Amino acid sequence: MSSTTDEPKKLTKKDLSADHPTWCPGCGDFAVLAAFFKVLEKLQIPHEKICTIAGIGCSSRFPYFVNSHGVHFIHGRALPLASGVSLSRPDLHVFAFGGDGDGYSIGGNHLDHAARKNINLTYVVMDNFVYGLTKKQTSPTSPEGFKSKTDPTGAIDRPINPMKKLVYGGASFVGRTHAAQVKHMMEMFERAIKHPGFSVVEVQSECVVFYPGIFDNANPRKGGEFEIIEEKKWDDTEEDKARHDVTDENAAYELASLQYPGKFGVFYEADRPTKNQLEQQWIDASREKVGDKPSAEILADRFASMK
Amino acid sequence: MSVSATSDSPETSEGPSGSAEGVTELQNAIIRFAGNSQDGIQTIGAFLAKLAGRSAREVMTYMTIPSTISGGPSIFQVHLGSGEVLSAGDESDFLVAFYQHSYDNHIASLKDGGICIYDSDHVEEVKKGERGIVHVGIPITSTTVEAIGGSARDRGKNIFVLGLITQLFQLKKEKLVSLIEKQLGRKGESVLRNAMLAFDSGFAYPVGDIVGQQFDLKEGVEKAGDQVTTDGNTAITLGLIAGGVRYGAGYPITPWSTIMEQLRSELPKYGGLFVQAEDELGAVAMAIGFAYSGHVAITGSSGPGLSLKMEALGYATMAEIPLVVINVQRGGPSTGLPTSVEQSDLMQAIYGSHGDAPRIVIAPKNVEDCYYTAIEACEVAKEYSCPVIVLTDQALASRIEAFSEPDLSSVVDPELDQEIRGEEFKPYPLDGLTKHAPPGAPMAEGKYPVVTGLEHDEWGHPSGNPEMHQRMMARRRNKLKAMAETLSLPEIYGDESGDVLLVGWGSTWGPIRESVSRIQSRDISVGAIHLRHLNPLPNGLEKLFASYKHVVVVEMNDEGLYGSGQLATLLRSRYCDPKITSICKTDGLTYKVREIVEKIEAIVSPA
Ligand SMILES: Cc1ncc(C[n+]2csc(CCOP(=O)(O)OP(=O)(O)O)c2C)c(N)n1
Ligand code: SF4
Ligand SMILES: [Mg+2]
Repeated sequence: MSSTTDEPKKLTKKDLSADHPTWCPGCGDFAVLAAFFKVLEKLQIPHEKICTIAGIGCSSRFPYFVNSHGVHFIHGRALPLASGVSLSRPDLHVFAFGGDGDGYSIGGNHLDHAARKNINLTYVVMDNFVYGLTKKQTSPTSPEGFKSKTDPTGAIDRPINPMKKLVYGGASFVGRTHAAQVKHMMEMFERAIKHPGFSVVEVQSECVVFYPGIFDNANPRKGGEFEIIEEKKWDDTEEDKARHDVTDENAAYELASLQYPGKFGVFYEADRPTKNQLEQQWIDASREKVGDKPSAEILADRFASMK
Repeated sequence: MSVSATSDSPETSEGPSGSAEGVTELQNAIIRFAGNSQDGIQTIGAFLAKLAGRSAREVMTYMTIPSTISGGPSIFQVHLGSGEVLSAGDESDFLVAFYQHSYDNHIASLKDGGICIYDSDHVEEVKKGERGIVHVGIPITSTTVEAIGGSARDRGKNIFVLGLITQLFQLKKEKLVSLIEKQLGRKGESVLRNAMLAFDSGFAYPVGDIVGQQFDLKEGVEKAGDQVTTDGNTAITLGLIAGGVRYGAGYPITPWSTIMEQLRSELPKYGGLFVQAEDELGAVAMAIGFAYSGHVAITGSSGPGLSLKMEALGYATMAEIPLVVINVQRGGPSTGLPTSVEQSDLMQAIYGSHGDAPRIVIAPKNVEDCYYTAIEACEVAKEYSCPVIVLTDQALASRIEAFSEPDLSSVVDPELDQEIRGEEFKPYPLDGLTKHAPPGAPMAEGKYPVVTGLEHDEWGHPSGNPEMHQRMMARRRNKLKAMAETLSLPEIYGDESGDVLLVGWGSTWGPIRESVSRIQSRDISVGAIHLRHLNPLPNGLEKLFASYKHVVVVEMNDEGLYGSGQLATLLRSRYCDPKITSICKTDGLTYKVREIVEKIEAIVSPA
């Protein structure tokens, strides 16, 4: 090991890069990775304390491309695993990544429960409205009429509305961004990471192979419009009345109900105790009750009660 | 034992000895209480079991509760003895029947010449004079109401009966009263006062005069160390804690739930945490998250829940994550018989995941062993970095036994490994065991590992290389073979060669052991072994098998399409020995000694 008296080295993109991503050239997920690196460079979290976790999908390959402690788990279950890491290791910064199928379909129930428990971690969903890895089946966010291999004449099931699902589920930070807007993405990531609790950023990240062009209408370079939510400044001005109050759940639903492509930014942010805090309070109270004894003594007391 | 002088059942070895002044000495007594679940008959059983544990007596209980909560018939059977008590007993010596249905359903379980005490307020028709059974009608309900006063209604009958039993068997009243005070005192003064009124009234009831005799249950030889009395699920819970478990996650299901409920309240005292997850898929994922983070972690369930955990358990084998999984078996398939016992999850435990996913499977043989098996599970999970499934069952879960208080001197507070890893660090070395670097551990070379379910090379990089897949597959299999080398052969109980070797696993240990001497008394030479390690099995079993004409596995599962129970199927496939057969049953009840004896007789000397 090298000398420990050195100033801790600054964490750079180079330190954080691992295997070259195996994504198709042009895949939206590259930009998500790049934005993530930039935010980590800015925040300077100790290298060994970063933990990236994902399920299965193109987007879920993320942990291989970040040089940090990581887990590539099974399809749909990244959030409960990440919850275990977060709840038992308050020293770590826990990040979960995944796609729309992984997060909103097979893992949809876990998402609701991680959200309602307000587990302290940051979850990034790379939503491409399609199953990428398995090569173009309908996803839970595929719009009606989308022609996929499982809906050759066009999808007929109503897509879920991720923002509504997240707000309803109880996520305490809900942001929406676009992979072609790196600056905005970085801002969302940074705010999500700094938010104490379950923070989610939904990124519209294009699958250039199986659903090309789907997000162009929110991309000014492709002739679309990227409309950013104006948040309240609480400055008592007339304009402020029209601005979005991020703590207002109903207002968040209204934003989520806008005609596609809708608006981007923070839909909802609430200050709510995390499960991490609440459990820790219980642990502290329990420890105090047993007089902070070592394990063997607590067990001995328990056995004594069974005599 | 047999109580009445008129009956001499061949099943009983120890008869009443000397009855000076109407006191009969007993080596052991099996008492069955039959009522409804709200009558608190479990409470009577639990008090008697605790008392036995405190008086150097052996004890084993057997309990059935209906899966529907409100009311419903319920029984509790206590086997108290001064010798070795191995099973809850086939037939009872005493029956306490609270209702007509209790009487009708359980009178057959009473031995010839046994004593039936019934509540004459509820039981109207009894078959007096049959099989030499002594019938004693006592107005249990009205006497209790009288003792406590009308307000308590039906409550307190159980404590009244406890007083009755204390008198009849000349049990240590002071010890019992102090147990009642300790237990019920917590529920408030008036609850305790009523309980004591009921108890004293039962104790004062001249039951001995009515029965015509009293009984003196002999105390056994004082055992070294203190005795503790508890059920299997509690023993598992405490074993997990002693083994270093501080984190876990689960989802409620009978009969597993009481383990998770206890861990939920216990672990915070040790600075840990148990989480109720949204389902079993989430629970196992969260437990893997805890384990990955560097903790000894557990999840658990019963049959249906174990099935849901299978994909993630395969991941834990692939990624080489240590994880302890408790499966409290119940009757299956599907929702099956939720409150009955079965040993039908063995194949699922060993083979239940897709792909070749080796993992360790261990089964405790009795309540005491639940504690030590849980500790061992934690140790081998860490040692071999893989999932370890503990197969316990519904019968062990709830039954109460007394055993020597464990030595806690080796219990330590677990420490998180955050050692820096040097350049030689490989998460999956082909020539050694995995020692994961939990997150938070710095990497000297600055290269961080990704734990993965894709096939991978020694550094954890995904690899589709055919040769690498075979080598890694061998690595995951060979570590279990290495574990097998460390397992000693099970001891033989009974004859070391001869007609039959009985092979058991799990909770059938007691009845199998008890059946050995009974089979021997029928001129059949018989030995018994018990397998605690089911995957891997200990090596060298064939040498034991060679000394017997028949090798018969006694298990509580179906004989399947090809006529062998699940363990028998495994042993037959490993040893290719047609003399390995099995005795199977799926009636949801524990083995009666008689059932084993009769089936073995039929195998050895077919009619
Ligand atoms: C239990 C299970 N079911 C199905 C699959 C196959 N599968 C892998 S990824 C995937 C869908 C991925 O879609 P999404 O999460 O949107 O990720 P994307 O590839 O689009 O980034 C499916 C169905 C699997 N790996 N495991
Ligand atoms: S298939 Fe689509 S989502 Fe997957 S890597 Fe290629 S472009 Fe990206
Ligand atoms: Mg997708």
